[in-house]
Amino acid sequence: MKNTARALLGAVVASLMTSTAFAEKLTIATVNNGDMIRMQKYTDDFTKKTGHTVEWVTLEENVLRQRVTTDITTKGGAFDIMTIGMYETPIWGKNGWLVSMNDLSAEYNADDILPAMKGGLSYDGTMYAAPFYGESSMIMYRKDLMEKAGLKMPDAPSWSFIAKAARAMTDRSTETNGICLRGKAGWGEGGAFITAMSNSFGARWFDEKWNAQFDTREWSDTLNFFVNMMNDAGPPGFATNGFNENLSLFQQGKCGMWIDATVAASFVTNPKDSTVADKVGFALAPDNGLGKRSNWLWAWALAIPAGTKKEAAAKQFIEWATGTGYIELVAGKEGWANVPPGARTSLYKNPNYTSVPFAKMTMDSILSADPNNSTVDPSPYVGVQFAAIPEFAGIATEVSQEFSAAYAGQQTVAEALAKAQALTNEAMEAAGYR
Amino acid sequence: MAREITSQRKTINTVAAWAIGLLIFFPILWTILTSFKTEAVAIADPPVFLFFDWTLENYSIVQERSNYGRFLWNSILIAVGSTILGLLVAVPAAWSMAFVPSVRTKDILLWMLSTKMLPAVGVLYPIYLLFIQLGLLDSVLGLTIVLMLINLPIIVWMLYSYFKEIPVDILEAARMDGATLKEEILYVLTPMAIPGIASTVLLNIILAWNEAFWTLNLTAAQAAPLTAFIASYSSPEGLFYAKLSAASTMAIAPILIMGWFSQKQLVRGLTFGAVK
Amino acid sequence: MATQNSRSAARFMLAPAVVLLLGWMLVPLTMTLWFSFRKYLPLRGGDMGWVGFDNYVRFVSSSSFWPSIQTTLIIVGSVLIITVILGILLALLLDQPMWGQGVVRILVIAPFFVMPTVSALVWKNMFMDPVNGLFAHLWKFFGLTPIEWLSQASLPSLVMIVSWQWLPFATLILLTAIQSLNSEQLEAAEMDGAAVVSRFFHIILPHLARAITIVVLIQTIFLLSVFAEIFVTTGGAFGSKTLSYLIFQRVLESQNIGLGSAGGIYAVILANIIAIMLMRVVGKNLDA
Repeated sequence: MKNTARALLGAVVASLMTSTAFAEKLTIATVNNGDMIRMQKYTDDFTKKTGHTVEWVTLEENVLRQRVTTDITTKGGAFDIMTIGMYETPIWGKNGWLVSMNDLSAEYNADDILPAMKGGLSYDGTMYAAPFYGESSMIMYRKDLMEKAGLKMPDAPSWSFIAKAARAMTDRSTETNGICLRGKAGWGEGGAFITAMSNSFGARWFDEKWNAQFDTREWSDTLNFFVNMMNDAGPPGFATNGFNENLSLFQQGKCGMWIDATVAASFVTNPKDSTVADKVGFALAPDNGLGKRSNWLWAWALAIPAGTKKEAAAKQFIEWATGTGYIELVAGKEGWANVPPGARTSLYKNPNYTSVPFAKMTMDSILSADPNNSTVDPSPYVGVQFAAIPEFAGIATEVSQEFSAAYAGQQTVAEALAKAQALTNEAMEAAGYR
Repeated sequence: MAREITSQRKTINTVAAWAIGLLIFFPILWTILTSFKTEAVAIADPPVFLFFDWTLENYSIVQERSNYGRFLWNSILIAVGSTILGLLVAVPAAWSMAFVPSVRTKDILLWMLSTKMLPAVGVLYPIYLLFIQLGLLDSVLGLTIVLMLINLPIIVWMLYSYFKEIPVDILEAARMDGATLKEEILYVLTPMAIPGIASTVLLNIILAWNEAFWTLNLTAAQAAPLTAFIASYSSPEGLFYAKLSAASTMAIAPILIMGWFSQKQLVRGLTFGAVK
Repeated sequence: MATQNSRSAARFMLAPAVVLLLGWMLVPLTMTLWFSFRKYLPLRGGDMGWVGFDNYVRFVSSSSFWPSIQTTLIIVGSVLIITVILGILLALLLDQPMWGQGVVRILVIAPFFVMPTVSALVWKNMFMDPVNGLFAHLWKFFGLTPIEWLSQASLPSLVMIVSWQWLPFATLILLTAIQSLNSEQLEAAEMDGAAVVSRFFHIILPHLARAITIVVLIQTIFLLSVFAEIFVTTGGAFGSKTLSYLIFQRVLESQNIGLGSAGGIYAVILANIIAIMLMRVVGKNLDA
């Protein structure tokens, strides 16, 4: 009732303000991440400004992917705006399924979007989705535990230092694990982590002829290093831990280090949820002396399916949600640490934001990831922790399932790699690459 | 003497049954309890059972995030709607199979059950395309029809086995007295079949309420029921046991309460012809 | 008894149900069959032509196929065995005189009302989590190392979750059957001094045969399509991929409709094999 009244009021205000546009109802599919849930809270501001109302469909990441993919491939039209990532955008854009974002208004200032994000959300020079927030990955660590272990975290550590520190910080009697990393099956979970990590070990998914590379020494080094370190210093059951499980563990003070999405920085430093909020330090994701770091690049972005009848209103929403005005709105209400990060250059020039402890490291991490040149040896694909081809999600999910089984000790690393090699080549053959 | 033994045995039975009952119920109880804890208490080590500061905070957070009432309303519409639709189709079918059986009755019955064996995900694409064509995507009507079809075999079978237990003599007596077919069904058969119909209705509501594939994949904002509501809580960020518990409790409470109040009816008719 | 008149009326009343279900079965099935012979890749531009039996060959020759059949049979079989045995024991117990029978019955049937997604989430996070789960606390209390349920014992964990959901259903049906047992028969046997065990095997169990058949039949139908529990807990890892989960991966994760459709046809075949086997057995007990 109250909502209806508010919507009506909004509509009246809007029709007074803009005489041409009339109120639309937008259906938006989004992921249940903290920043999106916060955005839902402020939707009233959008309604007040434009008169359009918004219906949210909030889903867990995997369910969201399957839902929006089914809808876009069948041209179902169930959603006016979809929240998608850097993986989907170029593929869908290429297929002509998304509305171009090149014609957003001048006030929106699309040039302010970080080039790395814009590049990852474009196909052939056309931007097909506007980043709501962007992220890379970095090390979050407990300063107190590091000190207790008698070590000092460099700004840009190597994997050997991380492994040493992880073992030194581990204390099983207090359930303190030196390091928490993703082991959960799924291309966007453990798959993304191990792929980004493998880049720093000189591994790659495919050679230039699209042959799978899991039979190489680089991959076996990556996986063995990971498994040995996690067995010594990781939490029990790490084979089923994803982003969220690790976040919980870190917030409870059970992890010495955690290498994961830069957006997590604001969660672990938030005293309301985190028991270790004042003890967290940040560093760049580790490297292995080969010139590539193991951090990824990702953006959650808003896109409009082609053929929608509400394109104008949908664009208004995207300008509202991904523009600088929204950042200021959140900053005013909840503080600068809670604004959606990683999307706009101006944010990192804003003195209010640069004083946030994790701002610089986030920016440096984002800048050090290059989707077009992510591997030591040349590769035929674009993407850091994924390869932007339609087949990747399916293949990588199965590969990461084999890896997770190895993490859990159900098969050896060599067995997992052999299976990964076979199933990847098999799928690539089926898709006509080889 | 005999009496003493009985009472002793009764005590043992009671203790054993209560222990097992509580064990089976425990996961639900634990979820409900956790929903009243703060996130910190929810993961306390050792776990806290009853003595904590009870809070409604999680419920207000969940409510603030999603409009529970709307999901609930859709769940009710879909569950009840599909049940009513299902009964309209199933009662006549079950009646005819029970009272005018032919050689193929059993085959038809088993064939109906076999339609439930097509894996849902295998036909998602065809059904999705069909729904777009028919304009049924994200509509309560569309879901109601799908759920009715999914559960129809079970309803038909349940009603059939129940109808079969009704003595034919009574029906024939009514017919002798000059009752028409319509009167026969309305005044003789229906009253006797009420318990069976009641438990069929309950079972169907439960099945429809808990169906999580179609209800999730064929809806967006308009028709989404509680199964979609819970899909947004499965892995939020950070500590979430308490919030997850609150959302879970909200999703199952209505059907749990309905089930408890009607368990006598449910139990009485839930035989599928198992009793001869 | 049945006149010509009532017979045609009966056919008329049966028609809507049959027609509806026939449509519900044939339309998707035909479309699935059609897709299964096409190279249908939505992300690569949709329908890319006829490929004969390629999809069928590829689906079976994939290294995941036979393990998925095995997993399916293990899950269905274990859950059936557990629910039937525990269901009989529980039904026997609930049939005894006791105080608060109604309340106990409510407690026992409650899991049946919980939607699969919720029960999977609750079990996974609040019980089986190796750090914060209740089982972990329990294990630690006894000085043991907590089990990593979902990775080290993925199938038993899944079987446990699914059995918990279906035990009430089995118990209820079996209980009704036990309650219908002629108490005179039992008393007579008791008078004869028949031991409890022999009474169970000679009188109660034969009496329950029909109810057990029905529990097996209905549960099999539902268990073959178990999905949410796997999706939420293991995501198909650790050898927990059933046939229907494999199809899900092919259709939705790999976006290969043709391949997934071929898998769907295999699933129909598997379901029908199981159904025919069941009906052989059921047919006898279920003399309609």
